[in-house]
Amino acid sequence: MTGRVEGAALLEVRGLTKSFGAITAVRDVDLVVGPGERVGLVGPNGAGKTTLFNCICGQTQADAGTVVFRGIDLGSKPTFERARLGIGRTFQRVEVFPELTVAEHLMVAERARRGDGRLWKDLLGRSALSAQESARVEAMLVLVGLDGLANVPVAALGLGTCRLVELARALIGEPVLLLADEPSSGLDAHETAELASVLRRVSGEHEMAVLLVEHDLGLVARVAERTVVMDVGGVIANGTFDAVMADQRVRHAYLGKSA
Amino acid sequence: MGQFLSYAIPGIPYGCTFAIVAVGLVLTYQATGVFNFAFGAQAYVSAYVYALLTEHGMNRFGAFAVSVLLLAPLLGLLFDRLLFSRIARANVTAKIVSALGLFVGLPSLLAVVFGSATRYAPPSVLFNPATVYFHVGSTPINGIELATVIVTVVVVVALMVLLRYTAYGLKMRAAVESGRLLELDGVNASAVVSSAWMISSLLAGLAGVLLAPQYPTVSSNTYAVLLVAAIAAAALGALRSIPLALVGGIALGVVEGLASGYFAPGSILHTGLLPAIPFLALVFLLLFLPGMRSLDEPNDPLSSVDPPIPPSITTTRSRDIDRVVRVGRWALAIFFVFSVLTWVPGNWVFTLSTGIALSTIFLSITLITGMGGQLSLCQATFAGIGAFAAGQLALHAGLPILLGAVTGALLAAVIGAVAALPALRLRGLPLALLTLSFALLADYVAFPPSWAGGPVTGLNVPRPQIGPINFATSSTRAFFLLALVMLVLASTVVLLIQRGTLGRFLGAMRGSPVGAASIGINLSWTKVLLFALSAGLAGLGGAVYGSLQQVVTPVDFNYEFSLIFVVVVVTTGVNTVEGAIQAGIGFVVIQQLLSYLPGRAGSGSLTVLLFALGALTYARHPEGVVEYQKRIWTERFEGLFDRRNPQGQGELALPGGSPGGAS
Repeated sequence: MTGRVEGAALLEVRGLTKSFGAITAVRDVDLVVGPGERVGLVGPNGAGKTTLFNCICGQTQADAGTVVFRGIDLGSKPTFERARLGIGRTFQRVEVFPELTVAEHLMVAERARRGDGRLWKDLLGRSALSAQESARVEAMLVLVGLDGLANVPVAALGLGTCRLVELARALIGEPVLLLADEPSSGLDAHETAELASVLRRVSGEHEMAVLLVEHDLGLVARVAERTVVMDVGGVIANGTFDAVMADQRVRHAYLGKSA
Repeated sequence: MGQFLSYAIPGIPYGCTFAIVAVGLVLTYQATGVFNFAFGAQAYVSAYVYALLTEHGMNRFGAFAVSVLLLAPLLGLLFDRLLFSRIARANVTAKIVSALGLFVGLPSLLAVVFGSATRYAPPSVLFNPATVYFHVGSTPINGIELATVIVTVVVVVALMVLLRYTAYGLKMRAAVESGRLLELDGVNASAVVSSAWMISSLLAGLAGVLLAPQYPTVSSNTYAVLLVAAIAAAALGALRSIPLALVGGIALGVVEGLASGYFAPGSILHTGLLPAIPFLALVFLLLFLPGMRSLDEPNDPLSSVDPPIPPSITTTRSRDIDRVVRVGRWALAIFFVFSVLTWVPGNWVFTLSTGIALSTIFLSITLITGMGGQLSLCQATFAGIGAFAAGQLALHAGLPILLGAVTGALLAAVIGAVAALPALRLRGLPLALLTLSFALLADYVAFPPSWAGGPVTGLNVPRPQIGPINFATSSTRAFFLLALVMLVLASTVVLLIQRGTLGRFLGAMRGSPVGAASIGINLSWTKVLLFALSAGLAGLGGAVYGSLQQVVTPVDFNYEFSLIFVVVVVTTGVNTVEGAIQAGIGFVVIQQLLSYLPGRAGSGSLTVLLFALGALTYARHPEGVVEYQKRIWTERFEGLFDRRNPQGQGELALPGGSPGGAS
C-alpha cells in the first residue's frame, strides 16, 4: 500500500457492477487512485479491465455502484464532461481520426478541452494554430517521440505510432487522471521503454495519476507504484507489484490451479 | 366486437403484402449484410415487365415465368456480381448510397427503355381479383387477398426451413459473419452470397407481381412506400428475424385496417395520419427498439486498415498546376457569370439559375454528409420548409420575399435542430432510415395542409423587389445574379466551417465518435449544430428555388428528391464545395441537353439514371467520380513532367493502389 489518505482520493470507485446479458463483466469492484498515483491494472483477458475503464469514462453506464472523481459523483455525466473534468484515456482498439493529421489531433483535443459556449469561435475560428498552440503541440510531439510527423495524416501511420498519437492527444488535455488501455501493444521493446519514461515523467511533473491496463508486466513494474489484479470481474489482489505477483490467487488466475 | 373484427380481418391480407417484402429484406440483410434499399425498385421492375408482357398478349403464366422466375434472380445475380460483391468491405454509407443509386436508377432505366407511358394494373396470376372466394366472419376474401396470404405463408415456411434446418442456411449465416473465414473452411462463400441475392431478388419479383393487381397503376412510388412499410415491419425483428417480420407486417396491416375503419373518412386523421402509420411505426421502432438503434456495420476487424479517402487533389497537386487551376477556375467562373448575364438564351438562364438554387441546397448535403459523416435522406424536406415558409409569409403577412427566405432558412434550421434530437444516438443505417421516415412524414402529414404546402394549385412564392428593381418583371438574368449571391454566401459559410475548428471537430466525429468524446467534444451539441446549419442552408436554397419557379407544390420537395439529391451530390463529390456546385449545375445542364435528344423518355429519367450509375462507383471512389477523374488527369499531366524529372512522386501511389493484394 502506498499509505495515501483515503479522503484525498482522486478517483474513488465503489461497488461498481456491470452486466451484459448473463455475463457480469465487472462485479462489485472497489478501486481508489490517489492524486499523481500510478496504478497498474492487470488480469487475464475477459477480467473486466476495459469495461471498468468504460464505466469510469462514461462510454458505458454501470448497473450499480458509484464513481467519484475529484469529489464529484460522476453519476450519468456524459463522456465529454468527464474528459473536461480531467479524465484522459487511450483505447485498446485505437480510436484515431484517420483523415486528420497528427498535429490536428492535438489541436482538436486542445480546443475541445476549452469547452463550449463559443459557437462563433468554433464556427469561424481558423484551424491554423496560434503561436501558443503550436508551441504546445510541438512540445508534446517531442515528448512522445512523434516530432517530424506533425503534418502526416494519421491514416498513413502504423498501429504503434497511432497509439502514441492517442497518448499525445490525451496528454495535451493535461488530464489529472490518464486511463491507458494496453498502450504498449504494437510498440517494440525500445518504444515501450520510452513510453514508460514518458508516463513516469508526465505523472511526476504534472501530478497526473495513471491507471494502466497492460499485459506487458515489465511495463507495469516500471511504471506502477501499486498494482491491482482483476479476474472474472472482481479485484483479487492489490499491493506492490512484487507482493501482488507472489499472491497465490494471482498465480492461480494467470497460470491455473496447478501452479 | 363484430365491427372490430370486420375492420381487423381485412388488415391481415393487407399486412401480408408488407410481410412478404419485409421477409425479403430480412433475407438480403441477413444473408449479404446489405440493407437493400433497391428491394422496392426490384419489385417494381418485375411488376412492370409482367404488366408490359401481359399487355402485349402474353399468357399470364409465361409472363410470370419471365418476370419473376427469370428476370428477378438474374437482376439479383447482376447486383451481386457487378456491384455488392465488390464493395463487401466498404463502409455502411457506401453500401447505402450504392443501394440508393439502384433505388432511383432502376425506375429511371425502365422509363428510358420503355418510355414513360402509364402501365395499368395487370391481371392476377393465381386467382381472380374480383371473385369473392369465401368469407371470414362477415369479411369477404377476394382472389388477391387469398393469393397474398397463401404465398406469404409458403414463402415464410420455406425460408425458415431453409435457414434453420439446412446446411445451406448455415453457410448463408456464416457468410455474413465472415466470408473470409468461411472460405477457410472450404466453402465457396461468394457462391453462397450470390445465391442468397438470387433468392431474395426472386422474392422481390414475387412480391411485385403479386401486389400489382391491387393498385390502379404500376408505379415506382407505390413500391417505394410499400418498401418503407416493410422496413417498419422488418424493424420489429431488428431486421434479423423472419418470423418477427411476418408478425410485424400483419400487425401493421391490422392497425391500418382498424385505423381506416375507425377514423372518420375525410377527417385529418384519415387523410393525414392513416397513410403515415408505417412511417410513425418505423420512427418509433428506431428510437425505442435497442436492436434497431444499434444496427451497424458488421464489425470487420480489418476495417481500420482500409485505405482512407484520398486527400483532395487541391492539396496534392504540384504548385505550378495548382496556380494554373486556380487562375483557370476564376477565369471560368467570371466567363460563366458574364455569359449568363449577356448572351446566353433566356431558357438557359432559367436552367442555370435553377442549378444555382440547387447548388445551395446541395451544399447542405456537403455539410451534413461530406463533413459530418451523417447520411440524411430528408434534405429536400428542409428545402421545402424554406420555400413554403417564404411563400406563406409573403402571402399572409406580406413579408418581403428576401426576409421571408431568411426566416424560412431559420425555421428550417430550428426544425433541423429538433429533428436532430431523436437522431442523436443514431448513425449509419438507422439514421438514414429515420431521416427517410421524416421525409415521408412531411410528404404525407406536414406538407399537404394548405397552410403549409399551399393549395393544390401550388403556393405562390413571389420574386423579390429590391429598390427600383422588380425581379418579377425584369429579366431572369437579374434573378440569376441574386441566386448567385445567395450561393456565394452559403459557400462562404461552408468553407469557413470546413477550414475552421468546427470542421476539425467534425473530422474527429466522423473518424471516431468514441475518440472524439474522450477528448471532450460534445457530440450531441455538435450534431444538433450540424443538423441545424445544414437544414438552414437547404431552407435558404429551397426559398431561392421557390422564388425562381414562382409556384411550388409539395411534390417539388418530396422524399424522391431527397434521395436523388444525395445520389447526385455523392456522384460528383460530397467532400467539397466545388462538388456541390458541380452537382447543381451539372444536374440541370445535363437534363437540358438531354431534352434535345429525340426519345420517348423524359430527360429527367435519363439524367437521374446517369447520376445513379455514378453513385454506384461511390464505394470505390468515395471522393466522387468528378474529383477522382480530376486526380487521375492531374497525375497523368504531372507524369509528363516527371519523366524528365526522375524524382517523381510515382512511388506514393503504390500503397493504396491494389487493395485486393492483401489477401
